[in-house]
Amino acid sequence: MKFNPQQEKNRLEELTLRILERSKRIGADGCEVGASASVGLDVQARLGAPEKLEMTRDQSLSVTVFVGESRGSATTTDLSDAALESTLQAALAIARVTAPDPAAVLASKDQIIRDVPNLELDHPWDISAKDALELAIEVEACGRQADTRITNSEGGSVSSTRGLSVHGTTEGLLVSQPTSVHGLSCVLLAEDGESRERSYAYTQARRPDQLLSPEAVGKEAAEKTVARLNPRKCQTAEVPVLFVPETAAGLISSFVSAISGGSLYRQSSYLLDRLGTQVFPKWVTLKETPLIPGAMGSSAYDGDGLATRSQAFVTDGILSSYVLSLYSANRLGLQTTHNAGGVRNLFFQGQRDLHALIAQMGRGLIVTELMGQGVNLVNGDYSRGASGFWVENGEIAYPVHEVTVASNLDRMLKDDLIAVGSDLDLRRSIATGSMLFEKMMVAGS
Amino acid sequence: MPTLLQTVSESILAPGGLSIDDLEPLVGELSVGDVDFADLFFERAEAETYSLEDGEVKDASYHRDAGVGVRACAGEKQGFAYSSEITAARIREARDVAIAIQDGRGPRGGVNLDQVSTPKLYIAKNPIPEKVATDKIAFLLEIDAKARARSASVSQVQATLSISYREILIAATDGTLGADIRPLVRLSVSVLAEKNGRRERGSSGLGGRYDLQRLLTDAHADQLVAEAVDQAVVNLDAVDCPAGEMPVVLASGWPGVLLHEAVGHGLEGDFNRKGSSFYAGKIGQQVASKGVTVVDDGTLVDRRGSLNIDDEGHASQRNVLIEDGTLVGYMQDKLNARLMDVAATGNGRRESYAHLPMPRMTNTFMEPGDATQEDMIESVDRGIFAVNFGGGQVDITSGQFVFAASEAYLIEQGKVTAPVKGATLIGHGPHVMSAISMIGDDLALDSGIGICGKNGQSVPVGVGQPSLKIDRLTVGGTA
Repeated sequence: MKFNPQQEKNRLEELTLRILERSKRIGADGCEVGASASVGLDVQARLGAPEKLEMTRDQSLSVTVFVGESRGSATTTDLSDAALESTLQAALAIARVTAPDPAAVLASKDQIIRDVPNLELDHPWDISAKDALELAIEVEACGRQADTRITNSEGGSVSSTRGLSVHGTTEGLLVSQPTSVHGLSCVLLAEDGESRERSYAYTQARRPDQLLSPEAVGKEAAEKTVARLNPRKCQTAEVPVLFVPETAAGLISSFVSAISGGSLYRQSSYLLDRLGTQVFPKWVTLKETPLIPGAMGSSAYDGDGLATRSQAFVTDGILSSYVLSLYSANRLGLQTTHNAGGVRNLFFQGQRDLHALIAQMGRGLIVTELMGQGVNLVNGDYSRGASGFWVENGEIAYPVHEVTVASNLDRMLKDDLIAVGSDLDLRRSIATGSMLFEKMMVAGS
Repeated sequence: MPTLLQTVSESILAPGGLSIDDLEPLVGELSVGDVDFADLFFERAEAETYSLEDGEVKDASYHRDAGVGVRACAGEKQGFAYSSEITAARIREARDVAIAIQDGRGPRGGVNLDQVSTPKLYIAKNPIPEKVATDKIAFLLEIDAKARARSASVSQVQATLSISYREILIAATDGTLGADIRPLVRLSVSVLAEKNGRRERGSSGLGGRYDLQRLLTDAHADQLVAEAVDQAVVNLDAVDCPAGEMPVVLASGWPGVLLHEAVGHGLEGDFNRKGSSFYAGKIGQQVASKGVTVVDDGTLVDRRGSLNIDDEGHASQRNVLIEDGTLVGYMQDKLNARLMDVAATGNGRRESYAHLPMPRMTNTFMEPGDATQEDMIESVDRGIFAVNFGGGQVDITSGQFVFAASEAYLIEQGKVTAPVKGATLIGHGPHVMSAISMIGDDLALDSGIGICGKNGQSVPVGVGQPSLKIDRLTVGGTA
């Protein structure tokens, strides 16, 4: 897998500048270009033999053209001169017919980032397709050997991707960032009598040496799968519910969506007009830290080309800031929070481990897996399919499946959140520890 | 008049200096060593989207994509690479990656391509240039006006017009040479209604494989506006949904997403070959109530999920999956059909040239029975009548699935009473299918908005069903 970030940078920057220049000559008042290229290797092995070898090579370019206060966008994966010209013309044609949108502006020269720090987000993994297949076979073997009840497999897989994206505007922005993501995963099936379950485990990082070992991934997949065997439905009742980090992260993501500009100016958030009011218990502060070297969510600049910064959205339980881009800030008559493209490395972590939280809960449901969408951001209503474990006397009693958990996000996060665990899941940009809620309606038998 | 194959190959191959005559030798180069099957999948796609918000169309975009995917299969192994440049040099580079997964050496001889016939289930036409941009925008503005006129409680209207056009060309070592032209249009409306500080959303959509002249009609605008606005207004008065197991009556049409999740995915050939589906090895067994017949049919005229030929060049067909409660068939692509020693069923689909094909659904629905919706509701003492749904999800190994009601009502003593808030419904595929006690005479297909996701790939699909009564289903309310 050959990828030369410097060469890609030169190629895509040259294209970007050429299109920005050309846009002026065909009558555009402003122009924004995003160009990206990536190469990757994706392999899979099943039941000890190679199953899939895939090389990915993607490139695309998007252009937004401004005519007065109107705009039009177009994208292409063909970067030939003819295709780029017709893509630019298509964007221009759209900009001539759309209604003016005064909120849509390019970041000005004095707003855009000056020096892009190196956040060490690109790390090559020098692995051949043959060695990647061997590793995929190994991770699966580790999982299949871990327990006799593992009877089948959907395979072990290894992936490695490197890419680079360039962002330029006619206001003088020209920045680029190379990134890499490597991963190892395993999906297993277990059987015990009539009961059949599947589960998985994965590791993901920007640096290959930060991946968990194949033993660790295979063993975790096996343990998670076997633990689900012979599940029961629990009784319909209002009980305490504990979300593990993999399911809890979705609650924080939904909260972030509800305080994001797009939901706010569309009046589609249950947190409309709630700035300065309580949205979490007093002990909660939610902060993003976008400049951590090598982290999954790191970026030196946002989608508008403004420098990212460490900042809090919730301070001592109070909603202290929305999540805004230049566009959504203009729509709301506010200042951008440099969050075009979302929040980056938002971590929510407490002091105690999962074991301590289970003991604290005493009796209730641990949710390890969620199914379906079921989150209504307009009013905060929450209802999703779930499986996990029933807890009795502070200890796991039996696996649970085919139930739903329901409540309202506002009530859950503001009134019912009791504790957050220390078990942070750093594979994600929005990462939390386990979250314990005083009560939710669990529908079962 | 040029044939469809001539039109498509000229459009896709000529820009990169290739012609139809180059395909035989290029495919032949994939027939090496122990490769059982290999194919080239060429594609050229265009899409255009217009979005209305705040009473104006301020946002629109155009997208173009073209490329070729090169795949080689040997036993259970697949090697795959693709390029967005359609030239002989790039195809050979991708070929070197694709054939690296097999162990054998040396060429095995040529391939004779034979053109598969393409039925005409939908028009071979690009709907994008059919109307000028200002007409498309004017139509969306009309929807905005109609929605605001329908109810004073409407505070926001969003409407989106999506127009897509796709040309595909397939050449495979089994001699398949196929081409298709696939238009796909979709119109969707989402409104926010507001009353006494409470806000609720309602949405609707429709589309299919046809042109704009048929899509952009006053009747369609009225229908979509009525559905979205009325749903939002109803939800303004919704009470908390009950929680627990109870009888559920499902309306006809889009609630067929039940079948897509509870039955469809579990009957895809790959999961059954690998033994990972709950339905693996159950052919001939009863998996649903008597009277339940479930079909996947890619040959319905103009439907969103229909295909003249699938993405492996196999003609789509009508496949009976469950007949009178008994499991009779799976959905197959070429790879899984070969490995399971059965016939392919025209269900090999891929999101694009940059993705590997898999067995996927087309239009999945249940045949009608003879009960009426009124009889079903009358037979329920306390339960839910669910009219409209969002999406769903399934765990094909355990059989557990969910689907989320977006418009539903309480049934109390045989009568539909108060609207209830949206809730997720959860069940176990075969258990729920066996709890179907009444099947309606009112089979309806959905309006043409379905998107199915599997292993990170999205494809358009259709669903449908008559009204159904399910004796016991877990409803995820809060009351």
